[in-house]
Amino acid sequence: MRGDLELIAGLINPGARVLDLGCGEGELLNHLQRDKRVNGYGLDRDAENIRTCVSKGVNVIEQDLDQGLDNFAKDSFDMVVMTDALQAVKEPRQLVRDMLRVGEECIVTFPNFAHWRCRAQLALKGVMPVSEQLPHSWFDTPNIHLCTFADFEQLCKTESINIIQRRVVDANHQEKAFINWAPNFFGTYAFYRLGKSACS
Amino acid sequence: MTQSKANSLGVVEPRRYQHNSEFWLQNGEQLHEYELVFETYGTLNADKSNAILICHALSGHHHAAGFHALDDAKPGWWDACIGPGKCIDTDQFFVLSLNNLGGCHGSTGPNSIDPNTGEIFGPSFPNVVVKDWVASQAHLADHLGIKKFVAVVGGSLGGMQAMQWSIDFPERVYAAVLIASAAKLSAQNIAFNEIARQAITTDEDYCSGNYQQFDKNPEKGLMLARMVGHVTYLSEDGMKTKFGRDVKSGNFAQGADVEFQVESYLHYQGRAFTQYFDANTYLLMTRALDYFDPAREFDGDLTRALEQTTTKFLVLSFSTDWRFSPERSQEIVDALIRARKNVASAIIESEHGHDSFLLPINRYTKILSAFLQRSYAELEDISRSSQTTQGDLS
Repeated sequence: MRGDLELIAGLINPGARVLDLGCGEGELLNHLQRDKRVNGYGLDRDAENIRTCVSKGVNVIEQDLDQGLDNFAKDSFDMVVMTDALQAVKEPRQLVRDMLRVGEECIVTFPNFAHWRCRAQLALKGVMPVSEQLPHSWFDTPNIHLCTFADFEQLCKTESINIIQRRVVDANHQEKAFINWAPNFFGTYAFYRLGKSACS
Repeated sequence: MTQSKANSLGVVEPRRYQHNSEFWLQNGEQLHEYELVFETYGTLNADKSNAILICHALSGHHHAAGFHALDDAKPGWWDACIGPGKCIDTDQFFVLSLNNLGGCHGSTGPNSIDPNTGEIFGPSFPNVVVKDWVASQAHLADHLGIKKFVAVVGGSLGGMQAMQWSIDFPERVYAAVLIASAAKLSAQNIAFNEIARQAITTDEDYCSGNYQQFDKNPEKGLMLARMVGHVTYLSEDGMKTKFGRDVKSGNFAQGADVEFQVESYLHYQGRAFTQYFDANTYLLMTRALDYFDPAREFDGDLTRALEQTTTKFLVLSFSTDWRFSPERSQEIVDALIRARKNVASAIIESEHGHDSFLLPINRYTKILSAFLQRSYAELEDISRSSQTTQGDLS
Protein backbone atom coordinates (compact mmCIF):
# COMPACT_ATOMS: atom_id res chain seq x y z
CA MET A 1 0.00 0.00 0.00
CA ARG A 2 1.09 3.57 -0.66
CA GLY A 3 3.21 4.90 2.19
CA ASP A 4 0.80 7.68 3.19
CA LEU A 5 -2.13 5.27 3.24
CA GLU A 6 -0.22 2.91 5.49
CA LEU A 7 0.40 5.79 7.86
CA ILE A 8 -3.31 6.57 7.88
CA ALA A 9 -4.37 2.95 8.27
CA GLY A 10 -2.22 2.78 11.39
CA LEU A 11 -4.33 5.49 13.02
CA ILE A 12 -7.68 3.85 12.45
CA ASN A 13 -9.15 1.59 15.09
CA PRO A 14 -10.72 -1.75 14.24
CA GLY A 15 -14.44 -1.45 13.62
CA ALA A 16 -14.25 2.33 13.20
CA ARG A 17 -16.57 4.28 10.93
CA VAL A 18 -14.51 5.81 8.17
CA LEU A 19 -15.32 8.22 5.36
CA ASP A 20 -12.70 8.59 2.62
CA LEU A 21 -13.13 11.70 0.46
CA GLY A 22 -11.80 11.13 -3.04
CA CYS A 23 -11.21 7.45 -2.36
CA GLY A 24 -9.80 6.70 -5.83
CA GLU A 25 -9.53 2.98 -6.44
CA GLY A 26 -10.42 2.26 -2.83
CA GLU A 27 -6.98 1.09 -1.76
CA LEU A 28 -7.25 2.42 1.80
CA LEU A 29 -10.83 1.28 2.39
CA ASN A 30 -10.21 -2.13 0.87
CA HIS A 31 -7.34 -2.62 3.30
CA LEU A 32 -9.32 -1.28 6.26
CA GLN A 33 -12.43 -3.34 5.47
CA ARG A 34 -10.36 -6.50 5.25
CA ASP A 35 -7.89 -6.01 8.07
CA LYS A 36 -9.80 -3.86 10.51
CA ARG A 37 -13.42 -4.62 9.72
CA VAL A 38 -14.20 -0.93 9.53
CA ASN A 39 -17.55 0.37 8.34
CA GLY A 40 -16.10 2.50 5.58
CA TYR A 41 -17.44 4.55 2.69
CA GLY A 42 -15.55 6.31 -0.04
CA LEU A 43 -16.71 9.26 -2.10
CA ASP A 44 -15.51 9.64 -5.66
CA ARG A 45 -16.82 10.86 -8.97
CA ASP A 46 -14.56 9.13 -11.47
CA ALA A 47 -16.43 6.40 -13.35
CA GLU A 48 -13.44 4.08 -13.64
CA ASN A 49 -12.51 4.50 -9.98
CA ILE A 50 -16.07 3.73 -8.96
CA ARG A 51 -16.18 0.59 -11.04
CA THR A 52 -12.85 -0.54 -9.61
CA CYS A 53 -14.12 0.02 -6.07
CA VAL A 54 -17.29 -1.94 -6.80
CA SER A 55 -15.27 -4.83 -8.19
CA LYS A 56 -13.22 -4.86 -4.98
CA GLY A 57 -16.31 -4.74 -2.79
CA VAL A 58 -15.51 -1.26 -1.49
CA ASN A 59 -18.49 0.90 -0.49
CA VAL A 60 -18.08 3.72 -2.97
CA ILE A 61 -20.61 6.52 -3.32
CA GLU A 62 -20.66 8.72 -6.39
CA GLN A 63 -20.51 12.18 -4.90
CA ASP A 64 -18.78 15.38 -5.90
CA LEU A 65 -16.81 16.85 -2.99
CA ASP A 66 -17.70 20.33 -4.24
CA GLN A 67 -21.30 19.63 -3.24
CA GLY A 68 -20.20 19.41 0.36
CA LEU A 69 -21.09 16.80 2.94
CA ASP A 70 -24.58 18.02 3.88
CA ASN A 71 -26.01 14.54 3.47
CA PHE A 72 -23.93 13.26 6.38
CA ALA A 73 -25.00 13.84 9.95
CA LYS A 74 -22.84 15.45 12.62
CA ASP A 75 -20.35 13.04 14.20
CA SER A 76 -21.45 10.15 12.02
CA PHE A 77 -17.87 8.96 11.45
CA ASP A 78 -14.90 8.28 13.68
CA MET A 79 -12.45 9.34 11.01
CA VAL A 80 -12.83 11.35 7.83
CA VAL A 81 -9.88 11.04 5.48
CA MET A 82 -8.94 13.14 2.48
CA THR A 83 -5.69 12.37 0.72
CA ASP A 84 -4.33 14.64 -1.93
CA ALA A 85 -7.65 16.28 -2.82
CA LEU A 86 -7.73 19.44 -0.68
CA GLN A 87 -6.04 21.48 -3.41
CA ALA A 88 -8.55 20.38 -6.05
CA VAL A 89 -11.82 21.31 -4.37
CA LYS A 90 -13.75 24.53 -4.83
CA GLU A 91 -14.09 25.44 -1.17
CA PRO A 92 -11.35 23.79 0.85
CA ARG A 93 -12.07 25.77 4.00
CA GLN A 94 -15.75 24.80 4.02
CA LEU A 95 -14.86 21.20 3.26
CA VAL A 96 -12.43 20.98 6.18
CA ARG A 97 -15.13 22.47 8.43
CA ASP A 98 -17.56 19.89 7.09
CA MET A 99 -15.09 17.07 7.65
CA LEU A 100 -14.79 18.02 11.29
CA ARG A 101 -18.56 18.34 11.64
CA VAL A 102 -19.12 14.86 10.18
CA GLY A 103 -16.15 13.16 11.83
CA GLU A 104 -14.70 12.99 15.30
CA GLU A 105 -11.28 13.44 13.75
CA CYS A 106 -9.94 13.86 10.30
CA ILE A 107 -6.80 13.32 8.31
CA VAL A 108 -5.84 15.65 5.49
CA THR A 109 -2.84 15.21 3.22
CA PHE A 110 -1.73 17.56 0.47
CA PRO A 111 1.38 18.56 -1.50
CA ASN A 112 3.44 21.50 -0.31
CA PHE A 113 3.51 24.42 -2.73
CA ALA A 114 6.42 25.89 -0.79
CA HIS A 115 8.70 22.92 -1.41
CA TRP A 116 12.10 24.22 -2.50
CA ARG A 117 11.68 22.88 -6.03
CA CYS A 118 8.46 24.84 -6.43
CA ARG A 119 10.06 27.91 -4.96
CA ALA A 120 13.04 27.55 -7.29
CA GLN A 121 10.93 27.27 -10.42
CA LEU A 122 8.97 30.35 -9.52
CA ALA A 123 11.91 32.39 -8.21
CA LEU A 124 14.59 31.46 -10.72
CA LYS A 125 12.71 30.55 -13.87
CA GLY A 126 9.67 32.69 -13.26
CA VAL A 127 7.27 29.91 -14.22
CA MET A 128 4.48 28.15 -12.39
CA PRO A 129 5.94 25.10 -10.69
CA VAL A 130 5.46 21.71 -12.30
CA SER A 131 6.65 18.64 -10.44
CA GLU A 132 6.02 14.96 -10.04
CA GLN A 133 3.38 15.73 -7.41
CA LEU A 134 1.92 18.65 -9.34
CA PRO A 135 2.35 17.51 -12.91
CA HIS A 136 -0.15 19.83 -14.57
CA SER A 137 0.43 23.05 -16.47
CA TRP A 138 -1.22 26.17 -15.10
CA PHE A 139 -3.95 26.10 -17.73
CA ASP A 140 -5.19 22.57 -17.24
CA THR A 141 -4.51 21.86 -13.60
CA PRO A 142 -7.30 20.50 -11.41
CA ASN A 143 -5.37 21.96 -8.47
CA ILE A 144 -7.11 25.28 -7.97
CA HIS A 145 -6.32 25.85 -4.29
CA LEU A 146 -2.68 25.00 -3.80
CA CYS A 147 -1.28 25.95 -0.45
CA THR A 148 1.77 25.59 1.71
CA PHE A 149 2.07 23.99 5.12
CA ALA A 150 2.28 27.46 6.62
CA ASP A 151 -0.93 28.48 4.85
CA PHE A 152 -2.76 25.42 6.06
CA GLU A 153 -1.65 25.87 9.63
CA GLN A 154 -2.75 29.48 9.49
CA LEU A 155 -6.18 28.27 8.38
CA CYS A 156 -6.32 25.82 11.27
CA LYS A 157 -5.46 28.64 13.63
CA THR A 158 -8.21 30.97 12.40
CA GLU A 159 -10.70 28.13 12.36
CA SER A 160 -9.64 26.98 15.86
CA ILE A 161 -8.92 23.53 14.48
CA ASN A 162 -6.83 21.36 16.73
CA ILE A 163 -3.79 19.90 14.94
CA ILE A 164 -3.30 16.63 16.79
CA GLN A 165 -0.39 15.48 14.72
CA ARG A 166 1.62 16.57 11.71
CA ARG A 167 3.98 14.46 9.70
CA VAL A 168 5.95 15.78 6.78
CA VAL A 169 7.36 13.42 4.18
CA ASP A 170 9.33 13.38 0.97
CA ALA A 171 8.11 12.44 -2.49
CA ASN A 172 8.27 8.75 -1.56
CA HIS A 173 6.18 9.32 1.54
CA GLN A 174 9.22 8.74 3.73
CA GLU A 175 10.01 10.78 6.83
CA LYS A 176 13.59 12.13 6.80
CA ALA A 177 15.40 13.93 9.59
CA PHE A 178 16.48 16.84 7.41
CA ILE A 179 12.89 17.60 6.41
CA ASN A 180 12.05 18.54 9.95
CA TRP A 181 14.77 21.24 9.99
CA ALA A 182 12.54 23.24 7.67
CA PRO A 183 9.42 21.28 6.79
CA ASN A 184 7.83 24.02 4.71
CA PHE A 185 10.99 24.08 2.56
CA PHE A 186 11.97 20.41 2.33
CA GLY A 187 8.66 18.64 2.80
CA THR A 188 6.82 17.36 -0.27
CA TYR A 189 3.66 16.10 1.38
CA ALA A 190 2.15 16.82 4.74
CA PHE A 191 -0.17 14.70 6.68
CA TYR A 192 -2.33 16.46 9.27
CA ARG A 193 -4.45 14.72 11.85
CA LEU A 194 -7.08 17.19 12.97
CA GLY A 195 -9.52 17.30 15.82
CA LYS A 196 -12.35 19.57 16.80
CA SER A 197 -11.25 22.56 18.80
CA ALA A 198 -11.93 22.48 22.50
CA CYS A 199 -14.42 25.33 22.19
CA SER A 200 -16.46 23.95 19.28
CA MET B 1 -30.33 -15.42 -37.04
CA THR B 2 -30.57 -11.69 -37.34
CA GLN B 3 -28.03 -9.38 -35.80
CA SER B 4 -30.22 -8.64 -32.78
CA LYS B 5 -30.27 -12.34 -32.00
CA ALA B 6 -26.51 -12.62 -31.58
CA ASN B 7 -25.56 -13.29 -27.94
CA SER B 8 -29.18 -14.06 -27.35
CA LEU B 9 -30.70 -16.81 -25.30
CA GLY B 10 -32.63 -17.81 -28.39
CA VAL B 11 -36.10 -19.17 -27.87
CA VAL B 12 -37.26 -19.24 -24.26
CA GLU B 13 -40.43 -20.68 -22.87
CA PRO B 14 -42.61 -19.35 -20.09
CA ARG B 15 -43.41 -21.70 -17.22
CA ARG B 16 -46.11 -21.56 -14.60
CA TYR B 17 -46.12 -21.83 -10.83
CA GLN B 18 -49.36 -22.75 -9.12
CA HIS B 19 -49.67 -21.70 -5.49
CA ASN B 20 -52.42 -23.94 -4.20
CA SER B 21 -52.95 -22.59 -0.73
CA GLU B 22 -54.49 -19.38 0.45
CA PHE B 23 -52.40 -16.27 0.26
CA TRP B 24 -53.10 -13.41 2.62
CA LEU B 25 -52.55 -9.94 1.27
CA GLN B 26 -51.40 -6.86 3.14
CA ASN B 27 -54.85 -5.31 2.89
CA GLY B 28 -56.36 -8.24 4.81
CA GLU B 29 -57.96 -9.89 1.81
CA GLN B 30 -56.94 -13.32 0.63
CA LEU B 31 -56.53 -15.18 -2.60
CA HIS B 32 -57.50 -18.86 -2.41
CA GLU B 33 -54.75 -19.65 -4.83
CA TYR B 34 -52.68 -17.90 -7.41
CA GLU B 35 -50.59 -18.59 -10.42
CA LEU B 36 -47.38 -16.88 -11.55
CA VAL B 37 -45.97 -17.08 -15.03
CA PHE B 38 -42.19 -16.97 -15.14
CA GLU B 39 -39.14 -17.59 -17.29
CA THR B 40 -35.68 -18.71 -16.35
CA TYR B 41 -32.44 -18.23 -18.22
CA GLY B 42 -29.18 -20.07 -17.63
CA THR B 43 -28.69 -23.11 -15.44
CA LEU B 44 -29.27 -23.42 -11.72
CA ASN B 45 -26.13 -24.94 -10.23
CA ALA B 46 -26.09 -27.98 -7.97
CA ASP B 47 -26.27 -26.07 -4.68
CA LYS B 48 -28.74 -23.57 -6.15
CA SER B 49 -26.53 -20.69 -5.23
CA ASN B 50 -26.28 -18.81 -8.53
CA ALA B 51 -29.79 -17.41 -8.84
CA ILE B 52 -30.66 -13.82 -9.66
CA LEU B 53 -34.22 -12.53 -9.45
CA ILE B 54 -35.35 -9.84 -11.86
CA CYS B 55 -38.29 -7.72 -10.70
CA HIS B 56 -40.20 -5.89 -13.37
CA ALA B 57 -41.40 -2.31 -13.47
CA LEU B 58 -44.84 -0.80 -14.07
CA SER B 59 -45.58 -2.25 -17.49
CA GLY B 60 -43.10 -5.12 -17.45
CA HIS B 61 -43.65 -8.86 -17.35
CA HIS B 62 -41.91 -12.20 -17.16
CA HIS B 63 -40.47 -12.11 -20.67
CA ALA B 64 -37.24 -10.28 -19.90
CA ALA B 65 -34.88 -11.91 -22.39
CA GLY B 66 -34.68 -14.15 -25.42
CA PHE B 67 -37.46 -14.71 -27.94
CA HIS B 68 -40.73 -16.57 -27.72
CA ALA B 69 -40.46 -17.53 -31.37
CA LEU B 70 -37.61 -17.27 -33.83
CA ASP B 71 -39.57 -14.82 -35.95
CA ASP B 72 -40.38 -12.50 -33.02
CA ALA B 73 -39.58 -8.94 -33.99
CA LYS B 74 -38.37 -8.03 -30.52
CA PRO B 75 -36.70 -9.90 -27.68
CA GLY B 76 -37.69 -9.65 -23.98
CA TRP B 77 -37.70 -6.21 -22.36
CA TRP B 78 -34.24 -6.47 -20.78
CA ASP B 79 -32.52 -8.58 -23.40
CA ALA B 80 -29.88 -5.86 -23.66
CA CYS B 81 -28.61 -6.88 -20.22
CA ILE B 82 -29.57 -10.53 -19.80
CA GLY B 83 -27.96 -13.28 -21.85
CA PRO B 84 -24.76 -15.20 -22.45
CA GLY B 85 -21.80 -12.88 -21.88
CA LYS B 86 -24.06 -9.92 -21.08
CA CYS B 87 -23.90 -8.00 -17.82
CA ILE B 88 -26.39 -10.36 -16.18
CA ASP B 89 -24.50 -13.29 -17.58
CA THR B 90 -26.58 -16.40 -18.11
CA ASP B 91 -23.42 -18.46 -18.63
CA GLN B 92 -22.83 -17.92 -14.95
CA PHE B 93 -26.15 -17.07 -13.34
CA PHE B 94 -29.57 -18.64 -13.23
CA VAL B 95 -31.90 -15.75 -13.90
CA LEU B 96 -35.52 -15.81 -12.80
CA SER B 97 -38.07 -13.35 -14.13
CA LEU B 98 -41.78 -13.41 -13.46
CA ASN B 99 -44.99 -11.56 -14.10
CA ASN B 100 -46.17 -10.10 -10.83
CA LEU B 101 -49.40 -10.92 -9.12
CA GLY B 102 -52.09 -8.64 -10.50
CA GLY B 103 -50.32 -8.53 -13.85
CA CYS B 104 -51.90 -9.09 -17.24
CA HIS B 105 -49.40 -11.36 -18.91
CA GLY B 106 -50.46 -14.68 -17.49
CA SER B 107 -50.14 -14.38 -13.72
CA THR B 108 -53.26 -14.22 -11.58
CA GLY B 109 -54.71 -10.76 -11.95
CA PRO B 110 -57.81 -8.78 -12.80
CA ASN B 111 -58.33 -10.87 -15.95
CA SER B 112 -58.34 -14.17 -14.06
CA ILE B 113 -61.44 -15.98 -12.91
CA ASP B 114 -62.40 -15.35 -9.31
CA PRO B 115 -63.03 -18.86 -7.89
CA ASN B 116 -65.61 -17.36 -5.51
CA THR B 117 -67.85 -16.14 -8.28
CA GLY B 118 -66.76 -18.00 -11.36
CA GLU B 119 -66.55 -14.61 -13.04
CA ILE B 120 -63.57 -12.51 -14.05
CA PHE B 121 -62.11 -10.51 -11.13
CA GLY B 122 -62.04 -7.25 -13.06
CA PRO B 123 -62.01 -4.24 -10.74
CA SER B 124 -62.67 -6.45 -7.70
CA PHE B 125 -59.19 -7.94 -7.86
CA PRO B 126 -57.66 -7.04 -4.50
CA ASN B 127 -55.17 -4.23 -4.25
CA VAL B 128 -51.75 -5.78 -4.05
CA VAL B 129 -48.71 -3.91 -2.81
CA VAL B 130 -44.96 -4.39 -3.25
CA LYS B 131 -44.78 -6.45 -0.05
CA ASP B 132 -47.34 -8.89 -1.47
CA TRP B 133 -45.32 -9.26 -4.64
CA VAL B 134 -42.20 -10.03 -2.66
CA ALA B 135 -44.05 -12.61 -0.54
CA SER B 136 -45.40 -14.30 -3.67
CA GLN B 137 -41.97 -14.22 -5.31
CA ALA B 138 -40.55 -15.90 -2.19
CA HIS B 139 -43.05 -18.75 -2.68
CA LEU B 140 -41.88 -19.08 -6.26
CA ALA B 141 -38.27 -19.19 -5.05
CA ASP B 142 -39.22 -21.94 -2.56
CA HIS B 143 -40.84 -23.86 -5.38
CA LEU B 144 -37.59 -23.68 -7.37
CA GLY B 145 -35.54 -24.63 -4.31
CA ILE B 146 -33.73 -21.29 -4.18
CA LYS B 147 -32.95 -20.42 -0.57
CA LYS B 148 -30.87 -17.37 -1.28
CA PHE B 149 -30.48 -15.14 -4.31
CA VAL B 150 -27.08 -13.81 -5.25
CA ALA B 151 -29.01 -10.68 -6.11
CA VAL B 152 -32.47 -9.28 -6.57
CA VAL B 153 -32.34 -6.73 -9.35
CA GLY B 154 -34.92 -4.22 -10.47
CA GLY B 155 -35.40 -0.87 -12.12
CA SER B 156 -38.01 1.68 -11.05
CA LEU B 157 -40.91 -0.24 -9.43
CA GLY B 158 -38.65 -3.29 -9.73
CA GLY B 159 -36.06 -1.57 -7.54
CA MET B 160 -38.74 -1.07 -4.91
CA GLN B 161 -39.32 -4.83 -4.88
CA ALA B 162 -35.58 -5.44 -4.51
CA MET B 163 -35.54 -3.06 -1.53
CA GLN B 164 -38.57 -4.76 0.03
CA TRP B 165 -36.84 -8.12 -0.38
CA SER B 166 -33.87 -6.81 1.57
CA ILE B 167 -36.19 -5.72 4.37
CA ASP B 168 -38.53 -8.73 4.47
CA PHE B 169 -36.09 -11.53 3.62
CA PRO B 170 -32.57 -10.22 4.24
CA GLU B 171 -31.27 -13.77 4.73
CA ARG B 172 -32.47 -14.67 1.25
CA VAL B 173 -30.90 -11.79 -0.67
CA TYR B 174 -27.14 -11.41 -0.66
CA ALA B 175 -27.24 -8.27 -2.77
CA ALA B 176 -29.91 -5.90 -4.03
CA VAL B 177 -29.58 -3.72 -7.11
CA LEU B 178 -31.89 -0.71 -7.07
CA ILE B 179 -31.88 1.03 -10.44
CA ALA B 180 -33.59 4.36 -11.11
CA SER B 181 -35.77 3.74 -8.11
CA ALA B 182 -36.98 5.49 -4.96
CA ALA B 183 -37.83 4.71 -1.35
CA LYS B 184 -41.18 6.37 -1.96
CA LEU B 185 -42.74 8.38 -4.74
CA SER B 186 -42.70 12.15 -4.68
CA ALA B 187 -45.95 14.12 -4.87
CA GLN B 188 -45.13 14.98 -8.48
CA ASN B 189 -44.70 11.33 -9.30
CA ILE B 190 -48.02 10.37 -7.67
CA ALA B 191 -49.60 13.22 -9.60
CA PHE B 192 -48.49 11.74 -12.92
CA ASN B 193 -49.89 8.37 -11.89
CA GLU B 194 -53.18 9.98 -10.96
CA ILE B 195 -53.43 11.66 -14.36
CA ALA B 196 -52.93 8.24 -15.93
CA ARG B 197 -55.58 6.70 -13.69
CA GLN B 198 -58.05 9.47 -14.41
CA ALA B 199 -57.49 9.05 -18.13
CA ILE B 200 -58.49 5.40 -17.79
CA THR B 201 -61.32 5.62 -15.30
CA THR B 202 -63.05 8.53 -17.05
CA ASP B 203 -62.97 6.75 -20.41
CA GLU B 204 -66.61 5.82 -21.09
CA ASP B 205 -65.47 2.36 -22.15
CA TYR B 206 -64.01 1.75 -18.70
CA CYS B 207 -67.47 0.84 -17.41
CA SER B 208 -66.41 1.07 -13.76
CA GLY B 209 -63.74 -1.50 -14.48
CA ASN B 210 -66.16 -4.08 -15.89
CA TYR B 211 -65.26 -3.31 -19.50
CA GLN B 212 -64.75 -6.96 -20.34
CA GLN B 213 -68.31 -7.84 -19.42
CA PHE B 214 -69.42 -5.34 -22.03
CA ASP B 215 -66.79 -6.46 -24.51
CA LYS B 216 -65.11 -3.09 -24.37
CA ASN B 217 -61.63 -1.75 -23.62
CA PRO B 218 -60.92 1.79 -22.41
CA GLU B 219 -58.43 2.29 -25.21
CA LYS B 220 -58.53 6.07 -25.29
CA GLY B 221 -57.77 6.23 -21.58
CA LEU B 222 -55.05 3.62 -21.67
CA MET B 223 -53.46 5.32 -24.64
CA LEU B 224 -53.48 8.69 -22.93
CA ALA B 225 -52.09 7.15 -19.74
CA ARG B 226 -49.26 5.58 -21.67
CA MET B 227 -48.52 8.77 -23.58
CA VAL B 228 -48.18 10.75 -20.35
CA GLY B 229 -45.99 7.99 -19.02
CA HIS B 230 -43.71 8.04 -22.02
CA VAL B 231 -43.20 11.79 -21.81
CA THR B 232 -42.06 11.42 -18.22
CA TYR B 233 -39.76 8.51 -19.04
CA LEU B 234 -37.77 10.62 -21.49
CA SER B 235 -35.76 13.75 -20.88
CA GLU B 236 -36.18 17.01 -22.73
CA ASP B 237 -32.76 16.65 -24.35
CA GLY B 238 -33.44 13.01 -25.15
CA MET B 239 -36.66 13.94 -26.93
CA LYS B 240 -34.85 16.68 -28.78
CA THR B 241 -32.22 14.24 -30.02
CA LYS B 242 -34.70 11.52 -30.82
CA PHE B 243 -37.42 13.60 -32.50
CA GLY B 244 -36.45 17.26 -32.62
CA ARG B 245 -39.16 19.05 -34.55
CA ASP B 246 -39.05 16.52 -37.35
CA VAL B 247 -42.27 16.14 -39.22
CA LYS B 248 -43.66 12.70 -39.89
CA SER B 249 -46.36 13.70 -42.34
CA GLY B 250 -47.97 16.79 -43.83
CA ASN B 251 -46.13 20.05 -44.39
CA PHE B 252 -46.29 23.53 -42.99
CA ALA B 253 -46.93 25.15 -46.38
CA GLN B 254 -50.32 23.51 -46.54
CA GLY B 255 -50.85 24.66 -43.00
CA ALA B 256 -52.72 21.66 -41.72
CA ASP B 257 -52.40 17.98 -40.89
CA VAL B 258 -48.83 18.27 -39.74
CA GLU B 259 -47.83 15.39 -37.55
CA PHE B 260 -44.56 15.74 -35.68
CA GLN B 261 -42.40 12.67 -35.15
CA VAL B 262 -42.87 12.98 -31.41
CA GLU B 263 -46.64 12.89 -31.83
CA SER B 264 -46.41 9.89 -34.09
CA TYR B 265 -44.18 8.12 -31.55
CA LEU B 266 -46.58 8.78 -28.69
CA HIS B 267 -49.59 7.71 -30.74
CA TYR B 268 -47.86 4.53 -31.78
CA GLN B 269 -46.68 3.68 -28.26
CA GLY B 270 -50.05 4.54 -26.78
CA ARG B 271 -52.01 2.52 -29.30
CA ALA B 272 -49.70 -0.48 -29.03
CA PHE B 273 -50.08 -0.39 -25.25
CA THR B 274 -53.86 -0.78 -25.46
CA GLN B 275 -53.33 -4.07 -27.29
CA TYR B 276 -51.13 -5.73 -24.70
CA PHE B 277 -51.90 -4.10 -21.37
CA ASP B 278 -54.95 -4.32 -19.18
CA ALA B 279 -56.49 -1.19 -17.73
CA ASN B 280 -57.25 -2.67 -14.31
CA THR B 281 -53.69 -3.95 -14.04
CA TYR B 282 -52.40 -0.50 -14.91
CA LEU B 283 -54.45 1.00 -12.09
CA LEU B 284 -53.25 -1.68 -9.68
CA MET B 285 -49.59 -1.26 -10.62
CA THR B 286 -49.65 2.54 -10.32
CA ARG B 287 -51.30 2.26 -6.90
CA ALA B 288 -48.63 -0.19 -5.76
CA LEU B 289 -46.07 2.39 -6.85
CA ASP B 290 -47.84 5.21 -4.99
CA TYR B 291 -48.31 3.25 -1.76
CA PHE B 292 -44.75 1.95 -1.53
CA ASP B 293 -43.03 3.48 1.48
CA PRO B 294 -41.23 0.97 3.70
CA ALA B 295 -40.42 3.78 6.14
CA ARG B 296 -44.12 4.25 6.91
CA GLU B 297 -44.03 1.50 9.54
CA PHE B 298 -41.04 3.22 11.16
CA ASP B 299 -42.39 6.72 11.69
CA GLY B 300 -41.13 7.71 8.28
CA ASP B 301 -37.56 6.81 9.17
CA LEU B 302 -36.05 4.90 6.25
CA THR B 303 -32.86 4.26 8.20
CA ARG B 304 -34.80 2.30 10.79
CA ALA B 305 -36.66 0.42 8.06
CA LEU B 306 -33.29 -0.74 6.71
CA GLU B 307 -31.63 -1.37 10.06
CA GLN B 308 -32.27 -5.13 10.15
CA THR B 309 -31.14 -5.89 6.63
CA THR B 310 -27.90 -7.74 5.97
CA THR B 311 -28.12 -7.30 2.21
CA LYS B 312 -25.52 -5.27 0.35
CA PHE B 313 -26.70 -2.71 -2.15
CA LEU B 314 -25.88 -1.16 -5.46
CA VAL B 315 -27.93 1.97 -6.12
CA LEU B 316 -27.84 3.33 -9.67
CA SER B 317 -29.51 6.38 -11.15
CA PHE B 318 -29.34 8.34 -14.40
CA SER B 319 -28.39 11.96 -14.81
CA THR B 320 -31.44 13.04 -16.84
CA ASP B 321 -34.04 10.88 -15.12
CA TRP B 322 -36.52 13.29 -13.60
CA ARG B 323 -39.23 10.75 -12.89
CA PHE B 324 -36.93 8.83 -10.52
CA SER B 325 -34.17 11.36 -10.15
CA PRO B 326 -30.66 10.78 -8.77
CA GLU B 327 -31.81 12.66 -5.63
CA ARG B 328 -34.33 9.88 -4.87
CA SER B 329 -31.53 7.33 -5.16
CA GLN B 330 -29.33 9.49 -2.94
CA GLU B 331 -32.01 9.35 -0.23
CA ILE B 332 -31.75 5.58 -0.27
CA VAL B 333 -27.96 5.72 -0.18
CA ASP B 334 -27.95 8.20 2.72
CA ALA B 335 -30.33 6.01 4.73
CA LEU B 336 -28.21 2.92 4.05
CA ILE B 337 -25.06 4.71 5.19
CA ARG B 338 -26.80 5.90 8.36
CA ALA B 339 -27.89 2.30 8.94
CA ARG B 340 -24.25 1.24 8.39
CA LYS B 341 -25.07 -1.04 5.47
CA ASN B 342 -22.80 -1.94 2.61
CA VAL B 343 -23.71 0.19 -0.36
CA ALA B 344 -22.19 1.48 -3.57
CA SER B 345 -23.77 4.05 -5.83
CA ALA B 346 -23.27 5.59 -9.23
CA ILE B 347 -25.01 8.26 -11.26
CA ILE B 348 -24.83 7.22 -14.89
CA GLU B 349 -24.54 9.96 -17.49
CA SER B 350 -27.30 9.42 -20.04
CA GLU B 351 -29.68 11.59 -22.02
CA HIS B 352 -32.43 8.98 -22.10
CA GLY B 353 -34.16 9.89 -18.84
CA HIS B 354 -35.92 7.16 -16.88
CA ASP B 355 -35.86 4.85 -19.91
CA SER B 356 -32.07 4.65 -19.50
CA PHE B 357 -32.41 1.73 -17.13
CA LEU B 358 -33.53 -0.48 -20.01
CA LEU B 359 -30.63 0.46 -22.27
CA PRO B 360 -27.18 -1.12 -22.55
CA ILE B 361 -25.26 2.01 -21.58
CA ASN B 362 -21.60 1.08 -21.34
CA ARG B 363 -20.81 2.45 -17.91
CA TYR B 364 -24.07 1.12 -16.50
CA THR B 365 -23.62 -2.44 -17.73
CA LYS B 366 -19.98 -2.48 -16.64
CA ILE B 367 -20.72 -1.46 -13.07
CA LEU B 368 -23.71 -3.80 -12.83
CA SER B 369 -21.59 -6.67 -14.10
CA ALA B 370 -18.74 -5.82 -11.69
CA PHE B 371 -21.15 -5.72 -8.75
CA LEU B 372 -22.81 -9.04 -9.60
CA GLN B 373 -19.46 -10.76 -10.15
CA ARG B 374 -18.14 -9.42 -6.86
CA SER B 375 -21.30 -10.36 -4.96
CA TYR B 376 -21.22 -13.88 -6.36
CA ALA B 377 -17.55 -14.29 -5.42
CA GLU B 378 -18.23 -13.01 -1.88
CA LEU B 379 -21.20 -15.31 -1.46
CA GLU B 380 -19.17 -18.30 -2.66
CA ASP B 381 -16.42 -17.35 -0.19
CA ILE B 382 -18.90 -17.19 2.65
CA SER B 383 -20.46 -20.55 1.85
CA ARG B 384 -17.01 -22.12 1.43
CA SER B 385 -15.84 -20.85 4.79
CA SER B 386 -19.08 -21.88 6.51
CA GLN B 387 -18.71 -25.36 5.02
CA THR B 388 -15.18 -25.52 6.38
CA THR B 389 -16.41 -24.45 9.81
CA GLN B 390 -19.16 -27.04 9.76
CA GLY B 391 -16.62 -29.65 8.67
CA ASP B 392 -14.39 -28.70 11.59
CA LEU B 393 -17.22 -29.13 14.04
CA SER B 394 -18.40 -32.51 12.82
